[in-house]
Amino acid sequence: MNAPVQTAEAREIALAGMGVSRLRKEDARFIQGKGNYVDDIKMPGMLHMDIVRSPLAHARIKKINKEAALAIPGVHAVLTADDLKPLKLHWMPTLAGDVAAVLADEKVHYQMQEVAIVIADDRYIAADAVEAVEVEYEELPVVTDPYAALQPDAPVIREDLAGKTSGAHGPREHHNHIFTWDAGDKAAADAAFANAPVTVSQHMYYPRVHPCPLETCGCVASFDPVRGDLTTYITSQAPHVVRTVVSLLSGIPESKVRIVSPDIGGGFGNKVGVYPGYVCAIVASIVLGRPVKWVEDRVENISTTAFARDYHMDGELAATPDGKITALRVNVVADHGAFDACADPTKFPAGMFHIVSGSYDIPAAHCSVKGVYTNKAPGGVAYRCSFRVTEAVYLVERMVDVLAQKLGMDKAEIRAKNFIKKEQFPYTSAFGFEYDSGDYHTALKKVLDAVDYPALRAEQAAKRADPNSPTLMGIGLVTFTEVVGAGPSKMCDILGVGMFDSCEIRIHPTGSAIARMGTITQGQGHQTTYAQIIATELGIPSEVIQVEEGDTSTAPYGLGTYGSRSTPVAGAAIALAARKIHAKARKIAAHMLEVNENDLDWEVDRFKVKGDDSKFKTMADVAWQAYHQPPAGMEPGLEAVHYYDPPNFTFPFGIYLCVVDIDRATGETKIRRFYALDDCGTRINPMIIEGQIHGGLTEGFAVAMGQQMPFDAQGNLMGNTLMDYFLPTAVETPKWETDHTVTPSPHHPIGAKGVAESPHVGSIPTFTSAVVDAFAHLGVTHMDMPHNAFRVWKQLKASGVNL
Amino acid sequence: MAKKLITVSVNGKSEEKAVEPRTLLIHFLREELNLTGAHIGCETSHCGACTVDIDGRSVKSCTHLAVQCDGSEVLTVEGLASKGVLHAVQEGFYKEHGLQCGFCTPGMLMRAYRFLQENPNPSEEEIRMGMSGNLCRCTGYQNIVKAVQYAAKKLQETATA
Repeated sequence: MNAPVQTAEAREIALAGMGVSRLRKEDARFIQGKGNYVDDIKMPGMLHMDIVRSPLAHARIKKINKEAALAIPGVHAVLTADDLKPLKLHWMPTLAGDVAAVLADEKVHYQMQEVAIVIADDRYIAADAVEAVEVEYEELPVVTDPYAALQPDAPVIREDLAGKTSGAHGPREHHNHIFTWDAGDKAAADAAFANAPVTVSQHMYYPRVHPCPLETCGCVASFDPVRGDLTTYITSQAPHVVRTVVSLLSGIPESKVRIVSPDIGGGFGNKVGVYPGYVCAIVASIVLGRPVKWVEDRVENISTTAFARDYHMDGELAATPDGKITALRVNVVADHGAFDACADPTKFPAGMFHIVSGSYDIPAAHCSVKGVYTNKAPGGVAYRCSFRVTEAVYLVERMVDVLAQKLGMDKAEIRAKNFIKKEQFPYTSAFGFEYDSGDYHTALKKVLDAVDYPALRAEQAAKRADPNSPTLMGIGLVTFTEVVGAGPSKMCDILGVGMFDSCEIRIHPTGSAIARMGTITQGQGHQTTYAQIIATELGIPSEVIQVEEGDTSTAPYGLGTYGSRSTPVAGAAIALAARKIHAKARKIAAHMLEVNENDLDWEVDRFKVKGDDSKFKTMADVAWQAYHQPPAGMEPGLEAVHYYDPPNFTFPFGIYLCVVDIDRATGETKIRRFYALDDCGTRINPMIIEGQIHGGLTEGFAVAMGQQMPFDAQGNLMGNTLMDYFLPTAVETPKWETDHTVTPSPHHPIGAKGVAESPHVGSIPTFTSAVVDAFAHLGVTHMDMPHNAFRVWKQLKASGVNL
Repeated sequence: MAKKLITVSVNGKSEEKAVEPRTLLIHFLREELNLTGAHIGCETSHCGACTVDIDGRSVKSCTHLAVQCDGSEVLTVEGLASKGVLHAVQEGFYKEHGLQCGFCTPGMLMRAYRFLQENPNPSEEEIRMGMSGNLCRCTGYQNIVKAVQYAAKKLQETATA
């Protein structure tokens, strides 16, 4: 039976496919308290683990006394590095080719490092037992500054690396040196600088910050001693990678390891790594033969799980007198903490930092990044960005402003002058990236027109001329390009596994479908948007398409969700898996309609015989046939798997403009207006895109205006609670205006580029650009973040304009 | 540790349980009663993911002892919908895309539920202030404001209908 006749338009609406602001499928459970996060999981006989941590940043462990803790009723075990040694689990490999201590082996390298674990009947008893474990330390000299760490007489942080003159990324020059990584052409850049009529340079520090998702990290590990298999529910953005790591570490075959990322309460890069707590909970479960839960608290989360940034950067631009940039040089000292646990593709220890030439056609460029050990927690993850792209965009956008100031040019004009032109795409940058598509000039004009840029500049000029103005007005402008969608396997791997992603789609006999991917949503709404891609590709209503992710026993292998890679990589896998099904469905439809395949047209949800609208078969008709009576010789069923290895990255871009008013008495910065235009290529669900942009802008606002992780000379982290670490509330958060252009990616099956990280990457330098702009007429060229009231007030004092 | 017997009405159901005096309300709800809607985000009263309603006030249950609730009426996100019909605040968050990862959502909903009884016709500024005890890392609050406005409108329409 065919469905009642409906217009193609009506049927298209019924699909709720790509381009529709479809309400979210995942919301029903979240608004009724029925989410299933790691800490919601309970298993029979489950025990609770807690961690004894070091109060000192650098110290030798003299003695650990477990007796008092073990004497507490309800305590099952206290384990230290000595207990893990026979299992060879006291150290573990990091994603960056280094090793990290699981439990401190003879010495601690940073404050709050894991020293021992306790396992008890409940979390209260476990907390009591942590207090009862006695650890004797001998203090060692502490170094928290990476420049000081490179001095010849600096304390040796990594005694385990003694005598190792090379690491995973080449030669080591010093006992606290990890790697030096270069990109671009140094000789060409140096030559351009030697002859340049105009050069500018600027030092800037991008502070250490923390992604701080609202849900902390944790897991429930359950080893079944009878079956010999291990199931672990975990807060992971990359469950398949965790499965591979756990199998390699434990020796349990990968087929007997099941990793499940259930609902995840935000990730933002914090949940990419494999942390000691996870490994310890798994070991404890194996040792005790019972399920073990570990969930860190907020202080542990900020203090020990992966931080982001901590880049000390020196940028230089060479240019002609009329503002054409001829060369870029960048030198970075990167503070990686005590273990190199950055989450980057293996070959790129500074991630995609070499996107640092930005949206500009710069003929010669070179960058060099030096990684350094300090007595701080390890990490270096991408906090809502592709690998180190936030640092790169910040650097180049700041440098272009500095150059504009030196030349007395407008910051919009200098950008337009140096943009890669629409007709230059695909464009190969001096660092070797092949930018897929872009139209920066059109987007810039749209933003400048929308905010009436000349009027803003006129207002600013009037304010500057008025000595009694209570505020300083600043206008920030950033025109950024991101590189996301890691990545092509020929360039990108993690632990040797190529950074492809995957999708499996099964169409059921009655025309509904289930699809599984190697990614994992943490708020991005994959269950909604992925179904929309399939709906458009296959003509099945998105409402009856079930999307599942995160269970390694059911989902195909994938590298997970971070670096805006879900849509560029898994999204492409979805489209191509669907197209395999579509090709088979066409054959079945041709058989059913007794015509040649070539005599069929596809329209929304059905194959029609050319020239006869009354003869058609819908995808649901085809699905039934595929299971009921497939054509002779054809395999029954209607399903497909696709592993997508992207040919290139995607390059979303945006133009952001911000207007601030700084109170000359208090230094408080009011964000008067923030206008964000994003181009992420093809748009799958505009509502979700806008939500992602609001969130990214807000996280960018937090970083620029308040977040930092300061350390004192003893290595104490001076802000590891939500009292000290800035997470903006609804009151401080500005109102966002969003806009878009659409420049599809030519190499992506549906033209989508990825979006959720652009607003974080792009907004941070926009705030800095605006705050510095407020002082530009006073000769200020740069101010380091965070731009909190105290720091801005100090600049008001220094510039002599405070009231 | 010696336990104390408490009687609490939770989502309209009377619960009599023996609890340790140090047991936090959030753990009592999540682990004793299996009501895992309210979440733990900070354990210091900053984030509001654990917000529940106690005797007509919004309370952060991560810094409130279960024994303090003896004789009280507690409402959690699980008790918001009635007879399968979503409460206006739940509907507002859904329709206005007021949530992403969902972790803050139960606390946000419970605060919005109480806030709109304290101030049934709030301005945007009042909503932002009234919801400022609840942190969200995903949405940037703009759609949460819209969700609360949606709920306010719907509650007013229902009240005057």
